Amino acid sequence: MKNLLLISYLDIRESLRSKWFYVYAFVFGGLMGLFFISGITDSVVMGFTGLSRLLLVFMQVTIIILPIFILVTTVKSISGDRESNILEYMLSFPISLKEYYWGKFTGRFVTVFFPVFVALLIGVIWGLFKGGGSIPWGMVILYSLLILSLCLSFLGIAFFISTLVKSHDVGLGLSFAVWILLLAFIDVALIGLMMQNRVSDGAIIAIAMLNPLEAFRIGAIALFDPELTVIGPVAYYLLDTLGHGFLMLYAVLYPILIGGLFAFFGYALFRKKDLL
Amino acid sequence: MDRNRIVVEAEGVRKRFMGATVLDDVNLRISLGDRVAMMGPNGAGKTTLVRCMLGFYHIDGGSIRVAGHDPVTERVEVLRHVGFIPQLPPPVKLTLGELLNFVERSSGTPAEAIAQKAREMELDIIKHRQKPFFKLSGGMKQKLLIAIALARKSRLLVFDEPTASLDPRAREHFYELLQGIDYEHAAIYITHRAEELAGLVNREITMDLGKVVLDERV
Ligand SMILES: Nc1ncnc2c1ncn2[C@@H]1O[C@H](COP(=O)(O)OP(=O)(O)O)[C@@H](O)[C@H]1O
Ligand SMILES: [Mg+2]
Repeated sequence: MKNLLLISYLDIRESLRSKWFYVYAFVFGGLMGLFFISGITDSVVMGFTGLSRLLLVFMQVTIIILPIFILVTTVKSISGDRESNILEYMLSFPISLKEYYWGKFTGRFVTVFFPVFVALLIGVIWGLFKGGGSIPWGMVILYSLLILSLCLSFLGIAFFISTLVKSHDVGLGLSFAVWILLLAFIDVALIGLMMQNRVSDGAIIAIAMLNPLEAFRIGAIALFDPELTVIGPVAYYLLDTLGHGFLMLYAVLYPILIGGLFAFFGYALFRKKDLL
Repeated sequence: MDRNRIVVEAEGVRKRFMGATVLDDVNLRISLGDRVAMMGPNGAGKTTLVRCMLGFYHIDGGSIRVAGHDPVTERVEVLRHVGFIPQLPPPVKLTLGELLNFVERSSGTPAEAIAQKAREMELDIIKHRQKPFFKLSGGMKQKLLIAIALARKSRLLVFDEPTASLDPRAREHFYELLQGIDYEHAAIYITHRAEELAGLVNREITMDLGKVVLDERV
């Protein structure tokens, strides 16, 4: 446990010195903050009638960029360490694989989640001054949880890829493939399935909801627009079968489950396969 | 022979990478006091054998015990007794201060002891504390890795071609330090220049095509 904290602390220190972290923190933190602020003001001004175009754009950008950013930087750092023999050296000291792997994981998690979380807090403080009124704490917490679970799901996948594949280049290639596949299954591929008329609508919706990106998307929309008006008729189906509360619970818990599973598979591989 | 003095015991070790046999029935016993020059052509399997001892590879056959433990399932117990210097200094991004912190907290070797060893090789760590390790010059990196390995007072020292990036003067310091080691240990030096290690080693092992082809006292 003491070494786990040491590894994650050192990983965080290392990230704080790297350029990708600052690009990430400013671009992404800023984006998240704006997304949230405009979500709040929108729903206050318009009384939960719908999402503004701006808000939708922010959400789409999150869905597109956050996963690839997490995948690429994580795979790059882990398999990069292996290829440059940093891993060989660090693991020649008496620390257990458990402490090393989960230490790296928690370190990565902090660097990925923290900038976004800070941006969110800044948004809240800004809202306090601007609106002067009450902060919708429920929304703040739910939104943080949604981002946290999105981060965890892609961190888990990234750690799995890094331990599955030895080579840096193959790891990056696989990350892109996963990313494109999940993005495609947000709607393009699903529309294709629908047009074939062979798959039932329920099955298509189920496939969509198995995608952690879709879970995040629906959760984020439902947060500001409980009637899910933007997503059209499917909204009735979802709300009828799942209900609003369960939908939110699913949007938060399902990506965490996915990330956790992949992280554990990755850990099992890390122990079972050659380390170098 | 006294079994308590055995540090490395390899029996019938086999290792394959993607179908190619890299270690082929390696039998080896290294005891405290043995200082081994390990030689052989590139690709003979020297690095692979050493990595098996350090628990990086799962072997396909036979058994290896280091300090009485299995390197894979009991890696912490094994690595507590091993000081390792890799073939090339890895581009570690931690600062020297962080690296020393890592070594101290993971292996219990005081940073001060490492700084002392480094001073003996004319390397001032304190001055460079804030610098990332990978920004040091090649020679400085190697000196620091050597200082860390020697300060750990390990039962087994493993050097994979340690002097490749040292200038002649630093090499002299290095050999002096090795001669000055005053605790009982075993050492494996993978090397292409056996003549340089002449006064230092008392055993020569030559590997070729994944086998130990020569093992003699000198
Ligand atoms: N991780 C690995 N994956 C695949 N092949 C490897 C790996 N490590 C070493 N080899 C192969 O094993 C053989 C022995 O390599 P090595 O032990 O590094 O030799 P040496 O250190 O004696 O020069 C080489 O043919 C090398 O290509
Ligand atoms: Mg080698």
